[in-house]
Amino acid sequence: MNTHNSLDGQFEFTGKVKTYSLAAIAVGVLVILIGFFTGQGERTFANLLLMSYYFACVCTAGVFFCALQYVAQAGWSASLLRIPQAFAKVLPIAAVILIVIVFAGLHFTHHTEIEGKHVVAPYLYKIWALDGVTTKGNANYDAILAGKSGYLNLGFFLGRMVLFLGAYSIFGRLLVKYSETEDELGGLFYYKKSFTISAAFLVVFGFTQPLFAFDTIMSLEAHFFSTMFGWYNFAAMWVSTLAIITLTAIWLRTKGYMEWITQDHLHNLGQLIFGFSIFWTYVWFAQFLLIYYANIPEETVYFFRRWEPEFKPWFWLNIVINFLAPLLIIMARDSKRKTNVLATTCVILIFGHWLDYYIMIMPGTVGAEGRRFDYIEIGVFLGFAGLFTFLMLTALSKFKSLVPKKHPFLQESLHHHI
Amino acid sequence: MSSTKYILGVFDDPDELMHGIDKLQKNSVPIYDVYTPMPIHGIDAKLGIKDSRLGYAAFMFGCVGGSLIFGLVYYFLVHDWPMDIGGKNYFAIPDFIPVTFEWTVLFASYGMAFTFFFSTHLFPGRAPRVMDLRATNDKFVIAIDAKGNIPHEDITNILKEAGASEVKHNDRKYVSYE
Repeated sequence: MNTHNSLDGQFEFTGKVKTYSLAAIAVGVLVILIGFFTGQGERTFANLLLMSYYFACVCTAGVFFCALQYVAQAGWSASLLRIPQAFAKVLPIAAVILIVIVFAGLHFTHHTEIEGKHVVAPYLYKIWALDGVTTKGNANYDAILAGKSGYLNLGFFLGRMVLFLGAYSIFGRLLVKYSETEDELGGLFYYKKSFTISAAFLVVFGFTQPLFAFDTIMSLEAHFFSTMFGWYNFAAMWVSTLAIITLTAIWLRTKGYMEWITQDHLHNLGQLIFGFSIFWTYVWFAQFLLIYYANIPEETVYFFRRWEPEFKPWFWLNIVINFLAPLLIIMARDSKRKTNVLATTCVILIFGHWLDYYIMIMPGTVGAEGRRFDYIEIGVFLGFAGLFTFLMLTALSKFKSLVPKKHPFLQESLHHHI
Repeated sequence: MSSTKYILGVFDDPDELMHGIDKLQKNSVPIYDVYTPMPIHGIDAKLGIKDSRLGYAAFMFGCVGGSLIFGLVYYFLVHDWPMDIGGKNYFAIPDFIPVTFEWTVLFASYGMAFTFFFSTHLFPGRAPRVMDLRATNDKFVIAIDAKGNIPHEDITNILKEAGASEVKHNDRKYVSYE
């Protein structure tokens, strides 16, 4: 462990965390294999989709964090920009994993029941990707889904996913590259370039992220539609990413890196976590209230499913830990400035948004009868958490310095005080 | 015994003002207050001013507003005049949330504004209490209570040394009274 406050310090990825993250990956792989070989394919696929979506979202929101700081010309965050940049570096891998899982889920089929009918359906997106859903006269024909098939068809669906994730990855890659080149050459040229590319990214991201959420998650229940769903997902991914960034910063500091990150930086991150947890609740409730008030059957079915006894306690727990916990724990200034309190809140929120995605995904895949919470859920979570930790810290250790040394606002960030 | 009540050190530059505060503190001269035309970073910590409790006031006002309107709506829509809206229960909590949220925000913000007015003696129609009017424009002013034992000339010298452009010995605390 080195504890000098030099900006040239490089992160060395060794020790317990490396061992544990590799072990977690092994556990994950083992659990996935057990899941498939014990005939729990659908639930394993649902969990794989959940975690690979979570993984891809966190990496995408890492790019979003960087872009937001550049566009806002924020100074406070310059010294911790390497952490979200490491997320952005992992995004291509996360994207490939998500696409492979979605593709496999669409490709492999199994015998199951949809609304009492026995069918051979794909593991994921069984409602709209079922054979014959759009063919008139077929036993599986569904007029609503046939009407949506101009948008919701295999080719376009996969094409969109590849396009969106590819675009986010390229933007992330460019931002990291500009920052690294800036370190070599200095000057304002690359800062201005980052500003431009960030603005472009935010426009692209703002328009495509809701579609990405509609495709990946909402189309699991293809009859249902909610325009709030995209922003609701955005809020979830943004809060969970802020929590992971904060946790990474706190962890790096305990290991003797990034001593320049003070309570003031953590206070700022805490404010963002607090504010966007409230935003998450706001969007969640806006979606709920409109559906509740209008009371239209094709919309209420979404909450009807989540109101079944198998999901109801989880449904409430979701609100408690994603809204009440951050509201009550980190509302006060002092608790945002206590590292342990903030770290605990981050851990709560990381699990909280896992639960949030769980509530979104499970009713549309395994349904109420197939819902479980056992070793598959825990194992797949562990596997992806290990994978993320391993890849992200490896990416972080590849940076020549843990701080963008020639960032024009670096001094402001190093002397950040609130 | 002079009739001086307050000694004002008038500075042109915030850095010199901070320097002046340091010097006075080193010489154990108690500072009554500092007036600046704009917020200066870190000055409250240097002067040892306690953290503002405005946040707690805001929280309490928010709680009052939220529970008040929730109670009122409950009284209106459940107790006094139950209405069937879209076949919902009379006590349809989700319908109550938006107005509860709005009143929480309304009470918290108005409550904070009035608390601030109250604690700073700012009310419409009341002449503000100002020790030196230029502190609202382009001067930075340190005020020292002249009742202390230290000779007033020493204080004047300390302020001059620190870079004060002017030192005033005022017989009245405020230049304006209500």
